[in-house]
Amino acid sequence: MVGVGSEAQKYVWEGAIPLQIHLHESEITTLPSPEPALILAPRIGYLPLLVPQIKPYFSDTLPPGVDTVWFDFKGMPLKWYIPTGVLFDLLCLEPERPWNLTVHFRGYPGDLLSPCEGEDSVKWSYINSLKEAAYIINGNSKNVMNMSQIDQFELWRSVLNREMEAYLRISSKLKLGIVGEDYTKIVMSPRQSNNEADSVGPSRAGRIPVRLYVRNVGEYTDDLEDVPPVDSWDRICYMNKPVEIQREEGKIFNLYDAIKMLLPEFFPDEPSIDEELSKLELEDEPGIGGSNLSDPDPDTNTMRKTELVTVKNETQLYPSHPTGKSEIKLVRIQGIEPKLDIPFSWVVTNLINPEHFLHICVCVGVSQDSSKTS
Amino acid sequence: MENLSRWDGTISSTEFRIAATTLSKKWEVINPELPPWTWIESPKPFWVTSLEVEGYLSLENYSYKFSSDDADNRICVDTQAHENLVDTLCGSRSSCQKEEPVSFGNEEEPVDSATLVLNDDDKKELHYYDFHIVYSNSYRVPVLYSRGYRSDGQILTLDEIERDLPANSLKVLRESKWTFITQEEHPLLNRPWYTLHPCGTSEWMKLLFLGGYSQAKGGSSSCSVMQQYLVSWLSVVGQAVGLNVPLEMISDFHHLCTIDNVTSSNGNSVTTS
Repeated sequence: MVGVGSEAQKYVWEGAIPLQIHLHESEITTLPSPEPALILAPRIGYLPLLVPQIKPYFSDTLPPGVDTVWFDFKGMPLKWYIPTGVLFDLLCLEPERPWNLTVHFRGYPGDLLSPCEGEDSVKWSYINSLKEAAYIINGNSKNVMNMSQIDQFELWRSVLNREMEAYLRISSKLKLGIVGEDYTKIVMSPRQSNNEADSVGPSRAGRIPVRLYVRNVGEYTDDLEDVPPVDSWDRICYMNKPVEIQREEGKIFNLYDAIKMLLPEFFPDEPSIDEELSKLELEDEPGIGGSNLSDPDPDTNTMRKTELVTVKNETQLYPSHPTGKSEIKLVRIQGIEPKLDIPFSWVVTNLINPEHFLHICVCVGVSQDSSKTS
Repeated sequence: MENLSRWDGTISSTEFRIAATTLSKKWEVINPELPPWTWIESPKPFWVTSLEVEGYLSLENYSYKFSSDDADNRICVDTQAHENLVDTLCGSRSSCQKEEPVSFGNEEEPVDSATLVLNDDDKKELHYYDFHIVYSNSYRVPVLYSRGYRSDGQILTLDEIERDLPANSLKVLRESKWTFITQEEHPLLNRPWYTLHPCGTSEWMKLLFLGGYSQAKGGSSSCSVMQQYLVSWLSVVGQAVGLNVPLEMISDFHHLCTIDNVTSSNGNSVTTS
């Protein structure tokens, strides 16, 4: 797989979001007001990396002062160290294209955002995340820290320029692949079945770096367009939560299992993973798209295996909270809502960001009542 | 953790909590005049109804005045050992940086230092610091976060904090801007705090304990080792941030020996600074 990459990976790497960037009105000192800047923002990129492209649009109208650039979406300051695609998935539930953002060159909200000094800050943030991911996977960060200078430089350049093949070639040296991943082995490399695990280290198998973002959409259940914008990061819960892939003979650990592990509170009195899986297999029916979409019963969570489908407004796929009022409404990764019976290793291999974290955005509906009674 | 020699230097979140209790209690007994370490439950995720929530240790309103009064009594290792340690912890960073300007690595970076509160020789305005010890699920070790502010509550800028740093740390900070003290998001408060990366912590904690354990009485159980984890960890990290752990807190563990152990072990894999 070195240096080639799957089709899905290519989509991730080539993915971009059209942005329409407005200068904040307080920083417009000329008439007429400058036109907004229209640019394509790579999904796997970071907003500060766009500043050199954006600046020329607005440089003539800025008030005197030193640039400290930051962005907001409907008043919410955007964390620059979260990949742009993740911000979009999380904050723009009903995707708007172009995505309207506001740029500020002054008045950095240092109480809310870590300082950013352009590409260097982004690079080090990337490197630290990569180190953390390596530590989660291998139990140490040595492979990242012992990279040659050339490789380090090339790795960052490949991310910056979105050169996937160069990236895969260099990052393969870091030995950050998933150990013993059932799915990809069967499909992609049947020959290296047993020895691969040893090359990374014993018993580290299957610890996956995950960044989980959980957003409460409250009562606004049916139409994502009705969900009001988030105004503060305090209303979003996000954390690094390694997922330990559970292996059992003959069973595939799928995305459903991973979500269940990340948010067990939404899976009350669930049958064990085994039972659930056998059910999935039994009920593996072709008419996935349409049937029982409004049925709240978790058992209708049946989808065809290894098929990646964007599901819109079909929010029944997830089980409900113990209170009966809280449920997972949406799981979005790299702009898609993958079916939950996709093997988790496939999701990880294909949908991770280049710092080796899988960013999972989850929308949940927790009504005020049920959160109060807790 | 039955066998210390195979232990990887990490702890679980449950062990973290146990160790936090030990640290907090010992601290209160031995430093009654200092602000206490208190366990703070982190804000509960909105969907959680019953599960045990995470938390962190917090020491707030720490001021250099505490350490300047009778600092001699609190320094837990002699000056030379202290300097060796700081040199090692910091030197690894700086040497790494000097030799490899684009280095990713700070693998010998064992201290999560953030800010220092020492030496108020020049009648500076009083600065206060908050320290939080947060458990990292990724690294499975404690991480120290800190924040400084003036008596009126105004948050200190990095420039102001630099003036509180000891010469050693300041030097390293200047040389290793991106890898020594950085502002990162506090994982539970989601606000920028100063911190250092914990990627080397498990390594040096392992060395610390292997050294200490071999010296200690054979009867020490792994349970007591776990309890002692945070105290020992803070005795190293604290020195770099001017938060000195009194000798009594760590005397069980022959701390001087373990400090030497860390120093020499790190020296092996780091070119001299």
